[in-house]
Amino acid sequence: MTEPRITYLDHAATTPILPVAVEAMTTELAEVGNASSLHASGRRARRMVEESRETIARALNSRPGDVVFTSGGTEADNLALKGIFWARRAEDPRRVRILSTAVEHHAVLDPLVWLAEADGAEVELLPVDGRGALRIDALRESVERDPESVALISVMWANNEVGTLQPVAETVALGAEHGIPVHSDAVQAVGAVPVDFAASGLDALTFTGHKVGGPYGVGALLVRRELTVSALVHGGGQERDIRSGTLDVPAIAGFAAAIEHSVKVQDGHATRVAALRDDLVGRIAEVVPDAHLHGAAIGPERLPGNTHLGFPGCEGDSLLMLLDAYGIECSTGSACSAGVPQPSHVLLAMGCDEEQARHSLRFSFGHTSTTADVDAVVAAIGPVVERARAARR
Amino acid sequence: MRVVAAMSGGVDSAVAAARAAEAGHDVTGIHLALSRNPASYRSGARGCCTIEDSNDARRAADVIGIPFYVWDLSDRFHDDVVEDFMDEYAAGRTPNPCLRCNEKIKFAAVLDRALGLGFDAVATGHYAQLRTGDDGLVEMHRAVDHGKDQSYVLGVLDQHQLRHSLFPLGDTTKPVIREEAARRGLLVADKPDSHDICFVANGDNAGWLAEKLGDRAPNHGGDIVDSASGDVIGEHSGTYGFTIGQRKGLRIGRPAPDGQPRFVLDIEPVSGTVTVGPHEELAVDRVTGIRPRWCGTVPTRLFGDGVTVQLRAHGGEHRAVVTVDGDQVGIELLDPAYGIAPGQAAVVYDRTRVVGSATISATGRVGGPR
Repeated sequence: MTEPRITYLDHAATTPILPVAVEAMTTELAEVGNASSLHASGRRARRMVEESRETIARALNSRPGDVVFTSGGTEADNLALKGIFWARRAEDPRRVRILSTAVEHHAVLDPLVWLAEADGAEVELLPVDGRGALRIDALRESVERDPESVALISVMWANNEVGTLQPVAETVALGAEHGIPVHSDAVQAVGAVPVDFAASGLDALTFTGHKVGGPYGVGALLVRRELTVSALVHGGGQERDIRSGTLDVPAIAGFAAAIEHSVKVQDGHATRVAALRDDLVGRIAEVVPDAHLHGAAIGPERLPGNTHLGFPGCEGDSLLMLLDAYGIECSTGSACSAGVPQPSHVLLAMGCDEEQARHSLRFSFGHTSTTADVDAVVAAIGPVVERARAARR
Repeated sequence: MRVVAAMSGGVDSAVAAARAAEAGHDVTGIHLALSRNPASYRSGARGCCTIEDSNDARRAADVIGIPFYVWDLSDRFHDDVVEDFMDEYAAGRTPNPCLRCNEKIKFAAVLDRALGLGFDAVATGHYAQLRTGDDGLVEMHRAVDHGKDQSYVLGVLDQHQLRHSLFPLGDTTKPVIREEAARRGLLVADKPDSHDICFVANGDNAGWLAEKLGDRAPNHGGDIVDSASGDVIGEHSGTYGFTIGQRKGLRIGRPAPDGQPRFVLDIEPVSGTVTVGPHEELAVDRVTGIRPRWCGTVPTRLFGDGVTVQLRAHGGEHRAVVTVDGDQVGIELLDPAYGIAPGQAAVVYDRTRVVGSATISATGRVGGPR
């Protein structure tokens, strides 16, 4: 059997590393120096870390001191949620509520479940509308019911499954009315849409390397220096005493290079992948007339590279397997932590039934995507959908 | 052929998948997620339904070099196997969920989906042999390793299912399979065999049933009555905890008058009575079966040399005369069998060939049914 050409349309899961990031990393991999050491090699490593911090701060319009390097988005989310919750509750024991949305990534949902079960937090996951956008009226009602008791609000910038942008500005305004800090998981947003930390008014923001063409295993939390955050990982106190561990200088250098590049080209990138996405959606509709888009309508309320389609009468798992055999790589968009596919909590929260939640596929475009990728999907999708429907009968 | 290899994460199904691939088939590995809430890690020697098993299956597929996916059949498994298991115990019978799973899941839900997706067959690590008979029908025979033979739990497969099945291990003994697994670099080579019911995590059947049956249990206690005297000689905490022929766990306070050990003879869920008696009273030579499933041509009457029935997994062969009347199968045993439980399958053999099976609905002894 010959290996088919790979059509990679799962950039929301991870995207190929950028040459500038490889270059920055490989240069650093050959160097020695612990960024905490006091000698010349240590100072050189520290300089690289601090220059990376400044590069990232410039790209996202934060202060360098706001940048806390972590092992990735999941750790940054954990640090934001637990660290801010613990600190805020320590200041005032009435602050036990955490408000978030029903469509967050598991890196937010699971820490919240843990805080509720193990640490006495009262977590409210607020509903979304049919497009998957937070119902700001529900958030307002929840806050105003008892603003003194809210420790933290966390609302993702853009949903990872259906690509819907969330009302972050309204959430920040609401938080500001009552002096409640607001965190946002912007893992999917950075590099895809404009993200300006200072202008957003957020107190904390999560992003990660491998979603923007940087390396795996490195990410950061932007968190305003004025905000007290309790540490999760104790040790040498390398990152503002709220995150310990020897800094991974090559990864941080690659991360900064990828952030700098992807933010610089974001506008043109978004236009390009949106055009590919629109082409895919239009041409799939010609082949499979009852395929339909989930999430926000194509436009400014949706991530430019995100396509999330429902194929009635199909199992998403069957579609994925059949497309995989054609060398087309996509996602059912659902969390699959146990290897056991679960119906997507995002689609269920949007009002889909289990059947609808299981018949979906996510195609996500990125910097290496081309028209050939769209052509490959359009050529395969007809027979694949037919097969998947046959498997259900 | 395009083949789906069902991979449990154990050694047998891994070697079966490897052999199917080596035979030139285009093989895709599939792990069946059967539990709605899979435990992360195995406890004891069990070998299925955990995330660790799924990972073991994935690693085996990597080593073999085949694609691998997890298919979620937990709802179907719950409805068709687990619910049936509970209903049967509640009714005082002793089901065999492995047969049910083969009939309804592995060679039905999985096979149907595989055929729909363009595959031709399902391969499993069961120990049984398939060959084509003179009449062109696919025959299923016992495995060469009689100690590992699993034709009993496959006795529910019909001709359609057999035509789309592959059992690559049937011509080999288990020790050889383990050696082959090690030689192929499959890390599951020394993984212990699974024996218990996969969805009863710790092997405590009665405890599991007590918890899951809840209000569906016909009783949560009753009398243990001795068949000889009619005396109540003990109490129990639910008829679903018993099976015909059981000796252990009766917790009878005092020895029987005749000094002989006592065995469960009868289970009455409505009255909650468990009747016990000496071993000889377990003897039966008449078995009635319902819901027959035939591998090929439906027989009317089978007798003579080589006609046997097997009445439980790993049970012996009993010489028999089998008479089929529609959905009823009458089995006359030429030598008595002991401890035969309704709900189990009676699988009919013609020498090594599986003819078919039926679910035991009643047993008796000439001179009066019990």
